[in-house]
Amino acid sequence: MAGPHGPLAAVEYAVKKPIWGCQMCGQCVLHSTGMTCPMNCPKQLRNGPCGGVRPNGNCEVKPDMKCVWLKAYERADKLPVWGEEIHELRPPVDNRLWGTSSWRNYFSGRDKQTPEGWA
Amino acid sequence: MSRLEDRIRAGGFVLTAELLTVNTGGLDAVHERFEPYEDYVDAINATDNTAAHAHAAPLAVAIALKQLGMEPVMQLVCRDRNRLALEADIVGAALHGIENICCLTGDDVTAGDEPEARRVFDLDSPQLIATAQAISGGRYLSGRRIEPAPHLFIGAVENPGAPPYEARVERALKKVRAGARFFQLQLCFDKERVERFMRAAVESGLAAQAAIIQSICLVRSPSALRFVDEKVPGITVPHELIEHCERADDPEEACFQLGAEFAAHALAQPGVRGLHLISFRREAGIARLCRQLGIPTREERETSGYRHPVAV
Repeated sequence: MAGPHGPLAAVEYAVKKPIWGCQMCGQCVLHSTGMTCPMNCPKQLRNGPCGGVRPNGNCEVKPDMKCVWLKAYERADKLPVWGEEIHELRPPVDNRLWGTSSWRNYFSGRDKQTPEGWA
Repeated sequence: MSRLEDRIRAGGFVLTAELLTVNTGGLDAVHERFEPYEDYVDAINATDNTAAHAHAAPLAVAIALKQLGMEPVMQLVCRDRNRLALEADIVGAALHGIENICCLTGDDVTAGDEPEARRVFDLDSPQLIATAQAISGGRYLSGRRIEPAPHLFIGAVENPGAPPYEARVERALKKVRAGARFFQLQLCFDKERVERFMRAAVESGLAAQAAIIQSICLVRSPSALRFVDEKVPGITVPHELIEHCERADDPEEACFQLGAEFAAHALAQPGVRGLHLISFRREAGIARLCRQLGIPTREERETSGYRHPVAV
């Protein structure tokens, strides 16, 4: 992860780190992943679980941690809104945004920008 | 259009196999790996650093297969390359007339023999599929044009045997929306899971939108089954199956018949369009399996318009 850049990012980090384990990717998708941060997946997968999930539902890489995506699907089911968004195809991470405030990027629309070739 | 795409579009039965890993030995080493079953398969997968162990690169092996007259499926995993390198490999493959690209997440580096390596995962597998789809539409991710656009036939993997079971078909559908047209499912030693996955695949329309190819494990020894169970992430081999093979008078034969049993079961599932045959370390009788299941050679299948073997 990247350290927060600037005061707004620092506030965002202070709020989101303890609750969601925020990694400061700067392009938050929490609401579309059942309020579960996919950047806590060791492979940082943003479109669902890999095929390595253990029979007990734990992570391939961290055997003592429940798969982030199992939690995401369970919580998305229970969310009164946004639940269906988990099935949407999320674009690749923009690696320039690490450490920046996703709040600022949300309101400026910066986090919606995708490469021209991305459908 | 690749043979695999052609057969799938025609509604035919398809047979693919996974080439044992290659490290050295030139084209001869590649040929000797598939020579025993070359008359049966439509295409062969060139794997990408399986279980996070370095081997000859999938692009290099895919080119070798093509030079040897066999149609390749180039696997690409997201673990070792960033998006630029993945795009370069896809267009590089297309430059050599390699059209079948199978996109996977990839086992983690910790599964391999160089666990200290940096894991990349710059893209995830649905994003890699979408990237391949963009390339086949004549654009890099940046939007930069590729003219003429390379023709690709894009595939993916899904694991019916790993949680969250109920989300696997939905995730496969996401891959279809990204551009996947065939699936080589992960090996699954739980017949009930396979049945449930295929039921959902048919009901959801997945099986109509993409060709679902079930993987079958053919090994020569119970220790290979134990290796798969312990070392390959996402695959569980029930211990009673391993012990059954160990206790048999002829363990090698018992392992073969176990593979044949799973193959027959897969072929009996509605929606299954073909088989993908995987051996570990040593080739374990792909041609014999085809004969036992009554699957004709590729040439016979092509001339007879063969659609599906009778499950035995």
